[in-house]
Amino acid sequence: MRHLLAIDELERGDVDRIMARAASFAEVGRRDIKKVPTLRGRTIVSLFYESSTRTSSSFELAAKRLSADVISIKAAGSAVDKGESLKDTIATLSAYAPEAIVIRHPHAGAAKLVTGWTSAAVVNAGDGKHEHPSQALLDTYTLLDRLGSLEGKRIWIVGDVLHSRVARSCALCFRMMGAEVTLCGPPTLIPRGATEALGTEVAHDLDRLGEADVVYALRMQRERMSESFVPSIREYAAHYQIDSRRLGPRQLLMHPGPVNRGVELSPEVIDGPASLITAQVESGLVVRMAILYELLAGGDPRGGGGRDAELPVPTPIGEPA
Amino acid sequence: MAQTRAISSLDWRGSESAGERDLVLSGVRVLDPREGIDASHDLVVRDGRVAELAPAGSAGVEGAEVVEAEGLSAFPAFFDPHVHLRTPGREDEEDLETGSRAAAAGGFCGILAMANTDPPVDTAADIAALRDRAREQAAVPIGFLACVTRGMRGEELSEMAELADAGAVGFSDDGLAITNARVLRRALQYQRLADRPIALHEEDPELSTAGSMHEGAVSAALGIAGVPSISESTMIARDAAIAAFEDARIHVQHLSAIESVAAVERAKATGVEITCEATPHHLTLTDEEVRSLDARFKMNPPLRSESDRQALIEAVRSGAIDCIATDHAPHSSDEKEVPFEQAAMGVIGLETAFAAIYTELVLPGVLDLATVVERLSGGADPFGFAAPRIAPGAEANLVLIDTEAEWEAGAEGWESRSDNSCFADRRLRGRVLMTVAAGRVAYRQRSFAMGVA
Repeated sequence: MRHLLAIDELERGDVDRIMARAASFAEVGRRDIKKVPTLRGRTIVSLFYESSTRTSSSFELAAKRLSADVISIKAAGSAVDKGESLKDTIATLSAYAPEAIVIRHPHAGAAKLVTGWTSAAVVNAGDGKHEHPSQALLDTYTLLDRLGSLEGKRIWIVGDVLHSRVARSCALCFRMMGAEVTLCGPPTLIPRGATEALGTEVAHDLDRLGEADVVYALRMQRERMSESFVPSIREYAAHYQIDSRRLGPRQLLMHPGPVNRGVELSPEVIDGPASLITAQVESGLVVRMAILYELLAGGDPRGGGGRDAELPVPTPIGEPA
Repeated sequence: MAQTRAISSLDWRGSESAGERDLVLSGVRVLDPREGIDASHDLVVRDGRVAELAPAGSAGVEGAEVVEAEGLSAFPAFFDPHVHLRTPGREDEEDLETGSRAAAAGGFCGILAMANTDPPVDTAADIAALRDRAREQAAVPIGFLACVTRGMRGEELSEMAELADAGAVGFSDDGLAITNARVLRRALQYQRLADRPIALHEEDPELSTAGSMHEGAVSAALGIAGVPSISESTMIARDAAIAAFEDARIHVQHLSAIESVAAVERAKATGVEITCEATPHHLTLTDEEVRSLDARFKMNPPLRSESDRQALIEAVRSGAIDCIATDHAPHSSDEKEVPFEQAAMGVIGLETAFAAIYTELVLPGVLDLATVVERLSGGADPFGFAAPRIAPGAEANLVLIDTEAEWEAGAEGWESRSDNSCFADRRLRGRVLMTVAAGRVAYRQRSFAMGVA
C-alpha cells in the first residue's frame, strides 16, 4: 500500500495484513518499554484542519511508539489561518521531506489531492463526510478481537449517516469482512441512494434492532435541528437513542466518540458491559501503528516487494534482540 | 420578437480580411440537415457568401484558395448561445480574444456571452464597451447578454429597453436563478418592450443549498452534499407557467435532469414559447466521473445519472432540446486545484464540443450526425439569429471537419486561457480544420494550415 485514502480502495488482503500487524503491536503495548525502533529517523507530519482529540493523539502516539519524528500542525494558528492554500501548505511541509503525511480536512478528496503534491505516503484521517478509513479499521480490529470473525454478523449503524464519514467507511469495511450492514436513522439523515452506494439495508426505526449482533451508534450533532433534519433532539432521542431497554444482553455496542450522553446513547449503556467504546480507543493505537508500519516499513505485495509472511515484531528498544 | 438577424450583425474584428480570395472546398462532403443536403460538392465561398455548390471537380478555381477536401466534411458552423468570457473582471481566466479563438477552433461562427462578469453587465455603457472591444479582438462574432436584474441581485430589473437599444442580444442572470417569481414575472412582462429573449438558469437554491454534485448513489458514497434534480425541474415548471400566463418567451439553459426534460416537454405541449439547451458534458458524462473527486468534473448544474443522460439524448433526438450549448466556463487552476467541494463550478467546452459528441454519441450510433450538426448550430434561432446554412447566397458560416482525425484533447494546449476541461487527455475523433464565420476564415487548424500553404 502506498497511501491509505479510503476503505473503498482497499482489498481484503490489505485489511487482513493490517489486522495481523496490529495484533502483533498489541503485544508490544503490554511490555514495559512500549517503543520499537522501526521508524527511527523517519518524519511524519500530522496536519489537522479540523479539531480532533482521539484521532490526532492516537496517530501521534502511534508514530512515537514506532520511534518516528512527528510534527503536528493544527489549522488554527497556522498559515492556513492566513489563507494559505492546501497545495502551498503541502509544498511547504514537503520541504521537510516527510515520509508520511496524516491529514484531516473538512472536504472530501483532500487527502487524495495531496498525493499529487508530495512524495510522502498520505494517510486520510478524515476527509469531509467522505471516509475515515483508520476508524473503520480500528473498529474492525475491535470486533475481530471480540468475535473472531465478522462473517455473517449483523451490524446496525444507527444515527446521522448522511453527515458521517465513519458510517461510510465502517459500512464498506464491515461488508468487506463478511458482515451484513443495516443503516438506520431518520429518513432525512440517510442519504438518497445509500443502499446502492454502500450495499447496505436501510431502516428508519429500531423495531428490528434485536436482530443485530453489533449496534454502532453515531454522534448526533445538535446543529442538525436548526437545519430541519430533525424536529428536535428530544424527538430524535425518543426514536433512536440506544438505551438498556433497546440493547439486548448479547449485543455489542460501539461508538466512534465523542459521545453526546443522553442523545444517541443513554448513560447506562455507555459504561455497560456490552460497550466496546474504550476498547475502540485502545485498538486505535495499535491499528494506527500498523497503518504507519504498512505504509513506511511494509513491502508492497501487489508491487512484488518482499514481505515476511509471519509478521515478526520488531525488537523493542532497550530489550535484547 | 424582432426579425431574424444575420450573424454578421454581431461584433467581431472580421472585416480585416476584406478582399479575401475566393475559397473553394473541392470535393467536400456537404451536410446541411436544414437544407436537406448530404453530398459531395465543390463548395465556393465568394465575397463572404456561399456562391456555389457545384458538382465535385467542376468549380472554377482561378485565383481562389483551393482546399482539396475529399474525405472531409463541411457543416453549417456551430452557434453557441451560452459562453462565459470572464470579461470584464477575470481576464486572467479568459478574455474576448482567447474565448473567441477557442470558439473558432471549435467550429463556432458565433457565440453569446453571459453577463455574470465582475462587475456584471447591467448598463448600456457596459454593453457598448464590450462591443467596442469585440470589434477589436474577437475572432468570431460575439453577442452580449445583459443581466435581467441590476447587479444580478434578483431584485430590480435592469434597464432592459435601453440595454436592448445599446445592442444587448438578450437577458440572463445566468449563474444564479431568479428566485423571486414576482421579479421574473415583471421581466417577462417588460420583455414586450425590450423585445429580447430571456435565458434562465433554473435552480431553486433552497433545494440545491450547499450541494456540489448530483444527489444520488455516488454522492451518497462520497459523502458530498447533493443537488437534487428537482431543484432544476421545479423552477422550470414555475417559470414555464409564468411565461404562459404572460404570453412571454423563455430559453432554459443547460438542462441536466430527466425531470427537467419532462417539464420542458409538458410546457411545449401546452404551447408555451419555450426553448432549451443541453451541454456536451451532460450528454456524454455522468456523476460516475465524480468518484475521482477531480474538480474538472464539477459544474453547475452537476453531471447527473445515466438515466438523466439518456433522457437528454432522447430529447436532443426528438428536438425537445432545441440546441447544444457549451456553457464554456473558464477557471484558473487556483480555483480547481482544491478539494472538490471547494472548487469553482464550470468547465471549458468550446474546443471539444463537436469532437466529444461525435466520439461519444455519433460514432457508437446513438445520435445521427445530421441531428448533432443541426443542434450544434441550433443556438442561433432562439436568440433571433439566422441559423447558419450552406446554400447559395447564404452568408458563409461553415466548418470544415476531418471526422477521421483522432486527437488528444488538450495535448497541444488550448486556445482558451484556461484548461479546466472535463475532456482533457481523452482521445477524441473529429477535428475542426477550418471555420468560416460571417463570410471570413476565422480559424485554420495549425498543421492543416501549414499543409495547405
